[in-house]
Amino acid sequence: MTDFAVRVQDLTVAYDAQPVLWDIDLEIPRSSLVAIVGPNGAGKSTLLKAMLGLLKPVTGGVTFPSGLSKHDIGYVPQSENVDWDFPTTALDVVLMGRYGHLGLVRRPKKADRVLALSCLGKVGMAAHRDRQIAELSGGQQQRVFLARALCQEANIYFMDEPFKGVDTVTEKTIVALLQELKAAGKTVIVVHHDLQTVPDYFDWVALINMQLIDAGPVSEVFHAENLSRTYRGAMPPLKGAV
Amino acid sequence: MLNTLLTDYTFQTVALGAALLGLVSGVLGSFAVLRRQSLLGDGVSHAALPGVVAAFLMTGSKNTETLLAGALATGLLGTLLITAITRRSRVKFDSALAIVMSVFFGGGLVLLTLSQRIPNANQAGLNRFIYGQASALLQRDVVLMVICGVVLLSVILLFWKEFKLLCFDPQYATTLGRSTGFWSLLLSFLTVLAIIIGLQTVGVVLMSAMLITPAVAARLWCRQLWSMVTLSAVFGAVSGVIGTAASSLISQLPTGPTIVICVSAIALVSLFIAPGRGILARALNRSRGRARLVMERRDGHGPID
Repeated sequence: MTDFAVRVQDLTVAYDAQPVLWDIDLEIPRSSLVAIVGPNGAGKSTLLKAMLGLLKPVTGGVTFPSGLSKHDIGYVPQSENVDWDFPTTALDVVLMGRYGHLGLVRRPKKADRVLALSCLGKVGMAAHRDRQIAELSGGQQQRVFLARALCQEANIYFMDEPFKGVDTVTEKTIVALLQELKAAGKTVIVVHHDLQTVPDYFDWVALINMQLIDAGPVSEVFHAENLSRTYRGAMPPLKGAV
Repeated sequence: MLNTLLTDYTFQTVALGAALLGLVSGVLGSFAVLRRQSLLGDGVSHAALPGVVAAFLMTGSKNTETLLAGALATGLLGTLLITAITRRSRVKFDSALAIVMSVFFGGGLVLLTLSQRIPNANQAGLNRFIYGQASALLQRDVVLMVICGVVLLSVILLFWKEFKLLCFDPQYATTLGRSTGFWSLLLSFLTVLAIIIGLQTVGVVLMSAMLITPAVAARLWCRQLWSMVTLSAVFGAVSGVIGTAASSLISQLPTGPTIVICVSAIALVSLFIAPGRGILARALNRSRGRARLVMERRDGHGPID
């Protein structure tokens, strides 16, 4: 059995001819809570999307442990990624998490609905199951996306700035969920912008600014020198660094 | 009068054809509207005209199947061009659409004029594809429409989940291992097919209205995708029948445009009275909300409690 969840090798990604990520090598250990941290425009979301196969790299590649199928990889996009005016309900969006398991033509069964509802419950949204998604607040929409990923029963979760612009209830829900996923042996990789909370929420961190600055356990690599290299002096004030 | 109409064979054929067209375009139009590709239908239908004329010029036949096969070919070519231009260049979707649509439609008109210069050619009637001529529908045309319609609806029903996911969150679909390129192309292909079905009845100019209007009206009433698609199909089909009946009862009233006016009337009424999303409901909601604020202000409550 391999001990990594994702391995990134020689990864270079460019938009047109402009490199966004340069020669990234990264091996993320299993069952870890990983923050991808870096300044705006550092390529955090790009790295996430390249790992998910949503972007085609110029060179290099991403490997997952053998035996892992597509629906073992869960994705929580930024909520502005979709049109929330789409005619559907919260429960229906969560059910989409089952589509990978169901294949192309099978419909969700009762068991899928029960699972979807319990996932909505885990993010504190069970009461909103039949709500039109347009009527949900930003934090609630984020929680619906989390529930969808949970409903997928994935092994590795990728989350793109799940804490961005959410209320405190949603933030607490996500933090509790991260712990629960880790306890269940899952790996969670999160694009994160708030340096203060990194040591509290995560146990592993990858610091990037186009290139990989450093990666490893928070206690070893999340220190002032690495941060100033990552942010090149334009670092936000920070109390939490070790 | 209505009685004679209902037993009239021509009326039955045309009404069935128009209902079918409304139903199919209502279903496919829902997906087009939700994918914000409302205008694509307009591009495709205009792009179909040169295909119709070219098919006639090449085969000399005026068989519906032959002409519509030509329409299908250039309609698809137009869609692919619009998609390719948007993907590969910096030209935006609306500009690409406008260019492709006018080039193809212009080309179609040129070919049409050329075809009329050919001596002895049995070309009269080709221009019915511009504005449509529902009364010219034959029983075998309707049979062709039924076959295409059944195929279209079966594919949509069979892969319902996939199309829904594609329209709502294509990136998530990709992470589940779905090829959004394939599903998006399939949906475009089905839409082109639906447009081709309607060409004879409403023509290339008005066809996009049949695609978009029922879907826009249905969206105002519905909270779920399946109900929106169903209602859109019903709106389209009902408009088809009412439009055909009206144009049969009133002389000189053209069928295709009447159908389009009928479906537009449904959309206009929906825009005002639909609960929740309609103009009246929203105004009422806002004024109620404001009145409540005034009351709370007077009672000395804060904005939160």
